Amino acid sequence: MPRIVSLWFGILLCVVASAALAALWQVGTRANTPTRDTEIAQELPTGSELSAHYPVIVRQPAAPPRIELAGQDPQGRVGSVACSTCHTVRPDNLENKTSATLDEFHQGMTFSHGTIACYACHNPQESDSLRLADGSSLPFTNVLTLCSQCHSKQAESFAHGAHGGMNGHWDLSRGPQTKNNCVDCHDPHQPKYPKMIVGFKPKDRFNEPPKTEPQQAGTADHDKH
Amino acid sequence: MTNIEPNQSADSQASTHGDSPGTDPFTRRAAIKGAFATLGAAAFVAAVSPLRQAAKNTSAVEFMQQHYTELSPEQKATVIARLEAETKEKYGADVTIADDRPIPGTKFVYAINLSVCNGNGKCVEACHRENNHDRSTNQSYIRVIEMPKGTMDMEKGSTTYAGVVPREDKFYLPVQCQQCDEPPCVDVCPVKATWKEEDGIVVVDYNWCIGCRYCEAACPYHARRFNWKQAEVPADEINPDQSYLSNRVRPVGVVEKCTYCLHRTRRGRLPACLEACPTGARVFGNILDKNSNIRWILENKRVYILKEELGTKPAFFYYFD
Repeated sequence: MPRIVSLWFGILLCVVASAALAALWQVGTRANTPTRDTEIAQELPTGSELSAHYPVIVRQPAAPPRIELAGQDPQGRVGSVACSTCHTVRPDNLENKTSATLDEFHQGMTFSHGTIACYACHNPQESDSLRLADGSSLPFTNVLTLCSQCHSKQAESFAHGAHGGMNGHWDLSRGPQTKNNCVDCHDPHQPKYPKMIVGFKPKDRFNEPPKTEPQQAGTADHDKH
Repeated sequence: MTNIEPNQSADSQASTHGDSPGTDPFTRRAAIKGAFATLGAAAFVAAVSPLRQAAKNTSAVEFMQQHYTELSPEQKATVIARLEAETKEKYGADVTIADDRPIPGTKFVYAINLSVCNGNGKCVEACHRENNHDRSTNQSYIRVIEMPKGTMDMEKGSTTYAGVVPREDKFYLPVQCQQCDEPPCVDVCPVKATWKEEDGIVVVDYNWCIGCRYCEAACPYHARRFNWKQAEVPADEINPDQSYLSNRVRPVGVVEKCTYCLHRTRRGRLPACLEACPTGARVFGNILDKNSNIRWILENKRVYILKEELGTKPAFFYYFD
């Protein structure tokens, strides 16, 4: 029986000793793990200064637009026509501002873009192109220039990547970047960004039912921007 | 003395012949020794039993793996090959795990335009898909908080909003890892399984993390996530474009976090959340590049730093226009 006892002690000793050895070995290997790099160089030559040879591509709208016909032909087909199909033969009402005052065509189109007239942007002389404020013609593909006439702040931000979505590369020495144009996100006739519906929700512990919010009396209007 | 019970016999013999166990081995002393030894051994076995559980999920090679920064290139290659094989075995997906290192001369910085963000949550979903998160919990590194106007106190917000956004009386604050220059999560890690790299990204060696979750508690932005379970991802939804310190499938019981998609950004690409943003609220770039978008924003916009008073020095900015 004492042999069994000493056997037990022996086993116990061996296990403890091996655990201690393993722990020591791990401590030793950890001695050289990285320390946090608090000193990060501030002004190094960067990628874009060295070689920026890939382009920033601004997507272009398909142009010029075509108008879907409301009715069907006798064969039951629907079709679309170019703006110039009608507008070359019809008189222009330079004063018109909404579709509500039109008796034919463009019915039901919502317009909510300030108080500008249709021909502020559309070109009465060349209906398949746009018109700049100085009267010169501008292809539909160059919508960015048209919008920038009034929305210079947005145009400035856009030029610096602070307005509008993008895809591709941040580092132009490694690949190109594609940016949206104005009408990719804004309907030019009602440019306010549309409401969206939330689809995807994580299920984590922060997703418990919301508490009743404390009253924010007096502060609600403080930070309106 | 013939009808004495064995116990008493042992007692009397122990008192008289205690120093000669060879004649009668079953002494009281030996019995007590044996009992305590058994108890000790049993306690030890109980104490190490979690290791036996761990052994079921962990191969010996994995258990003996060194810290990421100590691996030689050959060891790294072996480790990565093993991880790729494990992903193939567990998920049935052919993946490539790269070892993306920082690009010299870069310090990554993120900015979000709070005037534009409408809380639609596409970034949350993009992160979920890009980083091979668990499908059943909809895990993601991004949390969008619906905030009452007039405060920047995260605790006053709600993440459970649904339906049509944006609501008139709210603004939306997407929060993810801020890649702090003074990261509290790194300070508290007892095993140095998380650290800050040269380009500013705070990374985790998932194979070195012991899952103590100190970092999760230390982060003032609630940016870290714990793998309570092995991620369930269908084979055709696994993102095969992976990196060791980033979106490879993580083991259960370790902490993970946003890495600014380093498997993309260290190859020059934009992060997945930015590409997914339909409002263009997100901006990413290299702050060391004087001509970068991010520098222009910091110099020209109204910029807000979340919980700036804590001194964490985030590499993440919110701006308004």
